[in-house]
Amino acid sequence: MILTGAEILCESLLKEGAEVIFGYPGGAIMPVYDALLKYPKLRHILVRHEQGAAHAAQGYARATGKPGVCLVTSGPGATNLVTGLADAMMDSTPIICISGQVASFLIGNDAFQEADVVGITTMITKHNYLILHPNEVALVVKEAFHLAATGRPGPIMIDITKDAQSNLSDFKYPTDINLPGYKPTVKGNPYQIQKAAHLINQSRQPLILAGHGIIISAAEKELAHLAKKANIPVATTLLGISCIEQNNSCYVGLLGMHGNLGPNKCTNEADVLIALGVRFDDRVTGRLSGYAPQAKIIHVDIDPAELSKNVKADIPIVGDIKYILTQMIPLIKKSCHDEWFSQFAKYYQIEFDKVISTETNPTKGQIKMGEVIKTLSDQTKGKALIIADVGQNQMITARYYHFKKLDRFITTGGLGTMGFALPAAMGAKIGRPQDEVWAIMGDGGFQMSMQQMATIEEEKINIKIIILNNNYLGMVRQWQHLFFNHQYSEVFLKNPDFIRLAEGFRIPAEKVKERENIISAIKRARRHKGPYLIEFEVETEANVFPIMPSGAAVDEMRLE
Amino acid sequence: MQTEGNLSTLIVLVQNRPGVLFKIAGLVRRRRFNIESLTVSHTEDPNISRFTIFVRGEKEIVKRMSKQLYRIVEVVKVSDPSSQDIVARELALIKVATVKPKSRLDISLITRHFRARVVNIHPEYVIIEITGNEGKIDAFCQNMRKYGIIEFVRTGRTALFK
Repeated sequence: MILTGAEILCESLLKEGAEVIFGYPGGAIMPVYDALLKYPKLRHILVRHEQGAAHAAQGYARATGKPGVCLVTSGPGATNLVTGLADAMMDSTPIICISGQVASFLIGNDAFQEADVVGITTMITKHNYLILHPNEVALVVKEAFHLAATGRPGPIMIDITKDAQSNLSDFKYPTDINLPGYKPTVKGNPYQIQKAAHLINQSRQPLILAGHGIIISAAEKELAHLAKKANIPVATTLLGISCIEQNNSCYVGLLGMHGNLGPNKCTNEADVLIALGVRFDDRVTGRLSGYAPQAKIIHVDIDPAELSKNVKADIPIVGDIKYILTQMIPLIKKSCHDEWFSQFAKYYQIEFDKVISTETNPTKGQIKMGEVIKTLSDQTKGKALIIADVGQNQMITARYYHFKKLDRFITTGGLGTMGFALPAAMGAKIGRPQDEVWAIMGDGGFQMSMQQMATIEEEKINIKIIILNNNYLGMVRQWQHLFFNHQYSEVFLKNPDFIRLAEGFRIPAEKVKERENIISAIKRARRHKGPYLIEFEVETEANVFPIMPSGAAVDEMRLE
Repeated sequence: MQTEGNLSTLIVLVQNRPGVLFKIAGLVRRRRFNIESLTVSHTEDPNISRFTIFVRGEKEIVKRMSKQLYRIVEVVKVSDPSSQDIVARELALIKVATVKPKSRLDISLITRHFRARVVNIHPEYVIIEITGNEGKIDAFCQNMRKYGIIEFVRTGRTALFK
């Protein structure tokens, strides 16, 4: 079959099971946009800024486990993707980004809207391609989907010249790929698995650190099984949230800088840490020299480069967690660690009295962020798909939404990209239309991607948006308060009228200033069929506690 | 692992695709690995290129570097052989001044002693070719310094498994 490169691209995307493309047209990608008219099966969502296309593809990928696809033009279209690619790289998210490139004979001539896309994106993609001829398209797409979704997932960039899009070639979808250097290890070393099981069986105070890898590997059941069988407490990282139901009796809380007191303190009391699909980020470990001094560490990850990168692993195991846990569980003896669990309960009580009760159940003063999230959690029964931005809003959501269902949390972890939540929520809702989707943002982050409101309205994407408005860049303000002598520098935001803004986008919205209106506003939003925005006017100078100050160890958390 | 004052040789076989050198150089820069030399060449297989990276650092750092290299999709195999397992050589070309009296004779004696070769003769200088390990080349240069080294180039380490 003789087709244009653009048609081959569409055919190949369909072969790989793509259904949705988040994109924005422009000069160097016009042949593909022309071809798209012939492929109505590929639903195109017209974003209002390319960065949003990448985040929407991330949201879609994180919600479905399938690669998200975005399509942009050359030059500025491609450079606008950079933040999304870096975010996807940090958070191991499979996305395929396709950008037009100037015609091959113009490359290197500083042509109109030319940018060295492969050069720019090399360090922030798992792999990238420049296509110069239509006969390369099918194989590249096949390789790209394989690379994006297998092993440690990540973003793939495909830059395709305008002539490669419009020239003709014979189309036959390849059956094989040629990647001799790419063979992710799936099966863990059986000897290492045995050693790990032996160590777990002997441990008195074991702790499971469950990360994003559990969700990527779809090992939620195995994790719960292991925890139950050996009676081991499970703490999650930020991206590990909802890899175990939070009403599971083994769940003990969130790790990290603003995590729960128990898991952080107990990291340094544990004798064995079982790290599953985590990368020991500095926001989790705090000061490395003060991290888990007495624990033996079992570290399971599919990316060998993560093992002993930050924290030395005593028993490193390379492979897919689901497979490894399946092998390991039969070797694990039943055990009881009630006394060890009571340690977490003790810390929880301290944290509850000092922080949680006042944050989630205040009786006077301005609305607190925590009570908004707690109310949302109660109203949605912990079953909504929650997309959080970055900053205080994210930490409060991570702390106070009570996730009772698996795989219900998406946020920007490694890169911490402001503005992520709104487009990511679009993509997540398109990927999981049956789920109730809430985007939680701050007033600062919302203004970084609010142009996507136009897309949300145009496509009638039924997401609910919460702005926790404290008129500040809250997290930066908190740090200036705590660590820069309370001197505020450029953190106050004189905000637009978010309600009128939403109305301008034809999205219904309301503002909540009084405590007693929180529930009714959330109820109205849930009843409304279509996108809906609630702005909560919250306490302006509230700090998120506990906090592990930078340079502190995990057991040096501050409660106030 | 080849250790000569914390120096190791990494032999990296890669798929011969455009941009691999850029990716490896980017990795070295971003992760701040300290490399002494890097050579690239074809191999007996036209689809595969060979990088020889001579790297300075503790054993752990070299190990981390080889794991990071595997993240590059085109990288097929990374080896960090011990010095007993490889034959490693470098080639250097040295332009030495011969204007001082008697220097031409001295230089040719030393050159012969090091089993190097004079490959070009000019009224005011000679160009000498020498192959060997880094220590031999360093020692030869040391001996040439007093005559005046006008220009000097060395290829960096390249190595084969025994």
